[in-house]
Amino acid sequence: MSSSPESHSGSKLIQIWQAITRTVLIPVLAVFTALIINAIIIRVSGGDPILAYLGLWEGAFGSPKAISETLVWSTPYIFAGLSVALAFKGGLFNIGAEGQLSFGALISAWIGFALPKLLGTSLPWIIHLPLALFGGILAGALWGAIPGWLKARTGGHEVINTIMMNYIAVLLTSFLLNGPLKDPNPFNVIARTPEIAESARLTPLIEGFRVHWGIVIALLIAFAVWWFLWKTTLGFEIRTVGANPDAAKYAGINVSRIIVLTMSLAGGLAGMAGAVEVIALNYRQELGFSIGYGFDAIAIALLGRSHPLGVVLAAILFGAMRSGATRMQFLTQIPVDIISVVQALILLLVAAEEIVRFIYRIKAPKETVVLTRGWGG
Amino acid sequence: MAAQTSTAGDRLRSILRVADLGRFGMIILLIIVLMGVVALVGAKENRVEVILASFLATLFSVATPLTLGALSGIYCERAGVVNIAIEGMMLGSAFFGFIASIYLKQAGLSDQMSLWLGVAAAILTGALFALLHAVLSITFKVDQIISGTVINILAIGITGYLNRQLFFQGNVPHAPGVLPVIHIPFLADLPVFGKIFQQQPVAVAAVLLVAITHFVLFYTPWGLHTRAVGEHPKAADTVGINVYFVRYANVLIGGMIAGLGGAYFTLESVPSFEPLMTNGRGFISLAAMIFGNWSPFGAWAATLLFGAAQAMQINLQYYSTSIPEGLDFLKKSQIVGMIPYILTMFALTGIVGRTTPPVADGQPYEK
Repeated sequence: MSSSPESHSGSKLIQIWQAITRTVLIPVLAVFTALIINAIIIRVSGGDPILAYLGLWEGAFGSPKAISETLVWSTPYIFAGLSVALAFKGGLFNIGAEGQLSFGALISAWIGFALPKLLGTSLPWIIHLPLALFGGILAGALWGAIPGWLKARTGGHEVINTIMMNYIAVLLTSFLLNGPLKDPNPFNVIARTPEIAESARLTPLIEGFRVHWGIVIALLIAFAVWWFLWKTTLGFEIRTVGANPDAAKYAGINVSRIIVLTMSLAGGLAGMAGAVEVIALNYRQELGFSIGYGFDAIAIALLGRSHPLGVVLAAILFGAMRSGATRMQFLTQIPVDIISVVQALILLLVAAEEIVRFIYRIKAPKETVVLTRGWGG
Repeated sequence: MAAQTSTAGDRLRSILRVADLGRFGMIILLIIVLMGVVALVGAKENRVEVILASFLATLFSVATPLTLGALSGIYCERAGVVNIAIEGMMLGSAFFGFIASIYLKQAGLSDQMSLWLGVAAAILTGALFALLHAVLSITFKVDQIISGTVINILAIGITGYLNRQLFFQGNVPHAPGVLPVIHIPFLADLPVFGKIFQQQPVAVAAVLLVAITHFVLFYTPWGLHTRAVGEHPKAADTVGINVYFVRYANVLIGGMIAGLGGAYFTLESVPSFEPLMTNGRGFISLAAMIFGNWSPFGAWAATLLFGAAQAMQINLQYYSTSIPEGLDFLKKSQIVGMIPYILTMFALTGIVGRTTPPVADGQPYEK
């Protein structure tokens, strides 16, 4: 932190170089190294890594349809990645994006199919669509606010509480989709809601492709999060609490309030991921529709260095891997689950950037960034 | 602060922690409430003492992975390393222990032998995951919660991938079954309640390990070193304790115990592996550890409470036809299934007495 006044242009260049390595070089090398290690795993377990990666690339970017699928996958990743990143900025670890996302999707779907019936009239889309979207956001925010409130009020650690909220969300969803909210169609045997009304649907972005307006909303929200965190007082307060809660307290910031707010916003972003999936893609909520978005979101936030732009790029990378994996499985019979291994390896290498620095002989900066704290904090 | 207290004071404090009466009273009360619900519902179909005996037998069995998980956490955190990777360690060990047992059986070993070697493989897997956690968080000083999350995600990825890769082509080899029931002498022969003392080996080991851990932590030099390193590493270093070595060793011990917990899932409970089968037990056991104030017996009591919640769910399903009108929610396994998770969140609020983690818990040590 000590920026001495006599620092000349030479050390400034070093500083800039260090900033570049931290934000760009290390993540890129981490991805590269993860792909190499993963190739070895594929080889050892009896597959052809080169064919697998070609299939992955083809399935992710090989055709307009492939690119469309990549963007479809990336959309919830951007929202959920922003959710985890925003919480990191506030010094909180949101492992609960998964639960917030699925609860958001559930409420969004409920508003989408049940509201017109409850009111006994169809709604204009200009009212119904925003209601379904904001309902999902609020539901996610509530799911995030509970662990936030528990943290602020009792010190109960958000890592465990957000995970518990994930399990509760799964059970609640399973209960509602098998019972009160189940599609009453007599031919339906699946635990899912009825389809939402036309008036609650977002249209596809381009006719003939699945890519929808959600990706545009996601990019706008990414910009909004950046603006909020770095250009507003509240954003500054969140970052201050994240960097040093004691200092924030002495500066007169209401730390408890900021903690609840941060978790609510993070939950809202994850809720938006779920809501957009419902109103723009699936048009309903189905049991088990989100497997692992929340954990992937952690990897995305870390890979993106908790910066909205980084999150967007990391989300597109992860979306590409998910969308390409199907093609890869078709070509090489390697199970799509291998993608989870790649992602875990990437996460491992970005989290433990010392390993990447060690492999590629990159010097470490003097200061370190605190991401989370132990039980006491 | 802890470094200034004498060993006698330390010992007194440890005894006080164990005899944290309010907490124990509350745990016992809650277990009785949960048991009472089952007894009331099942009374129509069965004698009450039979219901209670089977409830307690289930309780001790399902609490096993939680107890082992909590003990794993205690070794790591008493030495100052937060371990939220218990979930992943258990999942990974459940998988590799299972794989080892079926391939050993295929190689011609007896069922018994394959199972016991499977347990050994599970323990080894836990140790390997722990080694990764230790390297990341002690040597590379990676944020310990991030390191734990990495291991959790890695375990989900590897087990999911290999499970599909090995077993999806249809050639599923036969599993050697589950570990045999041990009849504890005399107690197992009791009428009705003898059932409680007929448990499988991992469950028995878990209870023994609670007592062993208590002894090791509070009555041996190793335990003293461990606690010193977790409370005040610098002071420990000054008196000649190798902080890194003590932390590495305890994280490895913790990993092995978590590995044994993993063996419960695929070698003792059911003879099969399913992706994500640990279902949050690792995280619940961490909450039990905190609720039990980082002491073995306290944590054990807490895991029994969570076990009771799970035993209630299992028993209620069994008696579901007798559930009275108006208590229909007890029939919904999803609703009853939420109880352990809600209890966990409740335990963490510290409403029932504040808990104090080891002072240096979660902080990397810089020489």
